[in-house]
Amino acid sequence: MKFSENWLREFVSPNLSTQELVDQLTMAGLEVDGFDPVASEFSKVVVGEILSAEKHPNADKLAVCSVSAGTEIFQVVCGAPNARKGIKVPFALIGAKLEDFKIKKAKLRGVESFGMLCSERELGISDKHEGLMELPVDAPVGDDVREFLKLNDNIVDLDLTPNRSDCLSMVGLGRETGLINGLDVEALEKNVEPASIDETFSVELNAGNACPRFVGRVIKNIRLDAETPLWMREKLRRSDVRSIDPVVDVTNYVMLELGQPMHAYDLAKLSGKIVVRQSLADEKVTLLDGSDVSLNENTLLITDDSGPIGIAGIMGGLSTSVSETTKDIYFESAFFAPTAIAGRARSYGMNTDASHRFERGVDWKGQENAIERATALLLSIAGGEAGPVTETVLEAELPITSEIILRLKRVDRLLGVEVGAEQVDDMLSRLGFSHQREDDGNNAVWKVSAPSHRFDIAIEADLIEEISRVYGYNNLPVTTPKTYLSMAPVAEGEINLNRIKDQLVARGYQEALTYTFVDPATQAILDPEQDPIGLANPLSSEMSVMRTTLWSGLIKALIHNVNRQQSRVRLFESGLRFRQSPNVSNLELKDVRQEAMLAGVVLGPKMTELWSNSTEAIDFFDVKGDVESIFQLAGPNAGLDFEKGQHPALHPGQTAKITRSGKTVGYLGLMDPRVQKLLNIDQSVFMFELELEAIVPRQVPDAHSLSKYPEVRRDIAVIVDSGVSAAEINACVESVADSSFQKLMLFDVYQGKGIDPNRKSVALGLTFQHGSRTLTDDETNSFVDEIVEALTVKLGASLRN
Amino acid sequence: MTDLQEITQQAQQAIETAEDTAALDLVRVSYLGKKGALTSLLKSLGKLPAEERPAAGAEINVAKQVVQEAITAKKLLLDDALIAEKLASEVIDVTLPGRDADIGGLHPVTMVLQRIENFFRSVGYEVVEGPEIEDDYHNFEALNIPEHHPARAMHDTFYFNPNMLLRTHTSPVQVRTMENRKPPFRIICPGRVYRVDSDLTHTPMFHQVEGLLIDENASFADLKGTIVEFLQVFFEKELKVRFRPSYFPFTEPSAEVDVQCVHCVGKGCRVCSNTGWLEVMGAGMVHPRVLEYSGIDPEKYTGFAFGMGADRFAMLRYGVDDLRLFFENDQRFLKQFN
Repeated sequence: MKFSENWLREFVSPNLSTQELVDQLTMAGLEVDGFDPVASEFSKVVVGEILSAEKHPNADKLAVCSVSAGTEIFQVVCGAPNARKGIKVPFALIGAKLEDFKIKKAKLRGVESFGMLCSERELGISDKHEGLMELPVDAPVGDDVREFLKLNDNIVDLDLTPNRSDCLSMVGLGRETGLINGLDVEALEKNVEPASIDETFSVELNAGNACPRFVGRVIKNIRLDAETPLWMREKLRRSDVRSIDPVVDVTNYVMLELGQPMHAYDLAKLSGKIVVRQSLADEKVTLLDGSDVSLNENTLLITDDSGPIGIAGIMGGLSTSVSETTKDIYFESAFFAPTAIAGRARSYGMNTDASHRFERGVDWKGQENAIERATALLLSIAGGEAGPVTETVLEAELPITSEIILRLKRVDRLLGVEVGAEQVDDMLSRLGFSHQREDDGNNAVWKVSAPSHRFDIAIEADLIEEISRVYGYNNLPVTTPKTYLSMAPVAEGEINLNRIKDQLVARGYQEALTYTFVDPATQAILDPEQDPIGLANPLSSEMSVMRTTLWSGLIKALIHNVNRQQSRVRLFESGLRFRQSPNVSNLELKDVRQEAMLAGVVLGPKMTELWSNSTEAIDFFDVKGDVESIFQLAGPNAGLDFEKGQHPALHPGQTAKITRSGKTVGYLGLMDPRVQKLLNIDQSVFMFELELEAIVPRQVPDAHSLSKYPEVRRDIAVIVDSGVSAAEINACVESVADSSFQKLMLFDVYQGKGIDPNRKSVALGLTFQHGSRTLTDDETNSFVDEIVEALTVKLGASLRN
Repeated sequence: MTDLQEITQQAQQAIETAEDTAALDLVRVSYLGKKGALTSLLKSLGKLPAEERPAAGAEINVAKQVVQEAITAKKLLLDDALIAEKLASEVIDVTLPGRDADIGGLHPVTMVLQRIENFFRSVGYEVVEGPEIEDDYHNFEALNIPEHHPARAMHDTFYFNPNMLLRTHTSPVQVRTMENRKPPFRIICPGRVYRVDSDLTHTPMFHQVEGLLIDENASFADLKGTIVEFLQVFFEKELKVRFRPSYFPFTEPSAEVDVQCVHCVGKGCRVCSNTGWLEVMGAGMVHPRVLEYSGIDPEKYTGFAFGMGADRFAMLRYGVDDLRLFFENDQRFLKQFN
């Protein structure tokens, strides 16, 4: 909300600079976004009257004017199209300083000019520059324009929180400023305009507590062509409201001044009577701005015999609006309850000054005062005869001024300071709350009623907030919470996510944070089998579905880096992926799986380029090593295994499915070259993704004693079919191993010359050790024989010579 | 005996000129070996008369000793030279970089989150996380923000359907905690949050840390103490902190928290738009209705809550001037924080 500083100072004017005043408002919870002067700095500009305007002898578009500055008459050459005899305009005299330049005597196309006639832009008042700024006909010639237009003023931009709509008016702002400074506030003159005619218009309220009060008044024979006085136009302008005609200007002015939105109907266009009611299905109305609206149910309407003539508290209708031909009007000043208005304007894509105030709440007792004020203002501008004020009210449906119990002990406990009963008394008075104290000292208890403009005050906590505000947040003490301490449990059977991140960081990975809403096209390439959850109101189509895999965001980040000459990329991310149960029509929270994942993408050489580093490209086993290093954190025998797997985004021959105790927990592999091509990436990409929940369980160490007896190692080489996997060999060896068997080391794999092309040679190092004695050669030999036997039988192996 | 002197001199000369240990060994053999010159002299003692033998033998032995000592000394010299030569051949440039020393790094927002979590953990707060897709009840209703409440306009929300949305703050985690636990407790809730907003200073996804303490006597003064202490330890400066009345539907009284500009310490600069202050947190006493919604008796318990943007804290802490850089994940940017 924008307001004029001078207007506020008409109500209360603390001895503060503009900066100090706005700082004070900000610190009181009425946050000021900034302020700007009403006009730019200028001097020696007076009200001038054009006495004559002749065509310039040497230029078509220029006029030679004779301008009176009160005591003297000057010749001024002017190019404005509206320069004409009789008008009054701002006249910058020789020596005047405008924002950018100084006015000097000049010769324009051979004609001397003494001064300059100004547009609004030249005075920094607005951007208008189509012609001269025309001043009212009664402007005193020769007077300083700054003084005449009261331009030594600032426009303050206030950003009010939704609870403080009592400050959406000059009266409210004045009240608050008075409260902060302990100053009395100038009361507005109470207007009571007696009726000079009897005419009224019938109103019926059929919407219960949505509209319990409707005040109206007929005013006849107004002159709509009358000019709104300059002071009112200026105040409107400085509040960012356009001046239109006396009727609209007055209703807007009253809204700004008192906070009560009003509406004016053309009386001749109203038919029957006004009925306030909720909308029915399929009703329609054409609004003031010309838009046709199909109404939802439960929209509060103003109707007459012709049907809807406006959406209550939001915008009036076109059919009954005031227009150039209007002579008689009907003023509406009603109370619409916040719950009846809230959200409605937004649901129609609108936000009006009226709806902004009604949905936050207006003073429910202020309707009559507003209509009296508006009547007085309108009659003084446009003449006319006023009928009596008619109030239609549903007493039982009006808001209730509840009595709130305030306990001093509660105040002290919540604020952490002893405020004192007398001080609370004083603060409640300054706030304008009626209050009655019972009991004294620490047990003081009050019955408090808030004034009708503070409908945000309903419970004790609301009062305590007001007290803390008046007390001053920064005057409250600063203490350390006193509470019991208990030790936080730390599960040793889980790996901390930070530890996992540190491990990847140690192996050269950079952590990324990517948007969780992603491009559906990219995701469909990487994870075609999942149906992603779509946003109803995405920012763009590239951010319109939730990620079903962290790869969707990471691959985008990888491409971003590759496109910026980064030849080696290693990124990881941890966060949620979002998957929905298949074939759900009405998605609910229970159908959504939000699973914590850990994923990585890798591209480029094994190592950074360096005098002694390998320049080899990364391969599957480098990345597998990175993943295995995380698994090491889970301890030995964690049950995490790699199996040959299939994934739509991964190379069919270089994909590992990762399992834990038989359950799939993730994938690792080389991006399928066809996927790579679709994504326009020109190098190999390795990627992995793991379910965090499945990898965090770890074993709490369970130590065993070491054998004192020597280890025996036997190396053998077997030839197997090339399709036999290391995992199968491992499993086979372990299946027949005696308790003395310690470990199997697969130290060489060979395929090529000297071996059947469909077979490969695998070299195995077998280690044996007994816990309580030295193994004999015969024992060891028989262990090896058993293993070779098993490999032969189960995997078709033959011992290599 | 001139023979003996001559032989000794010859031996000494030969030792002197031996160029390596092999040559030296040949010298040793030719004088002290089984058939060596000095050995031969000893063998010839028998030809002398018996009374001359002891004196002659002693002389020869002295000569042998002299030669042996010369050989030993020369051997040491040759060994030293050999080692020196080997060492010289093994000199490297120790200033060349080491192999495969590259490490990665955590994201700056993670660094800030971890830092914040550690401060609060050290005074007994527990870290709690929750879902990012939420229902309307936990994100709004339970926080005293009913449908059509004007405060909803401050939370431009991403919706999936009328009841499902991306959480606009981490407060739903607080609600879920209050529903499931008995006070007293202290928690902080870090995580990603979402608003329909995208410009220089807003990204549609960002990170919040919210804190909640519920106890029998938690006060606004305690809230102030907690926040002042946190801001000073976070920025490692004795910065001034001020509290301004504000409005959040879920707290009352509510406050905006300004900290003296971390960059200019209040003098006024570009970072603080010359005000000397930075708005960094929102806070307040938990609204009694919010406690009631979650089944906590507001007469028995009071509580305070606070919230901050981790991304903004990362910007202020590390001098980042464009929020969007955090989510581009350009390695050249990220590596500055390693």
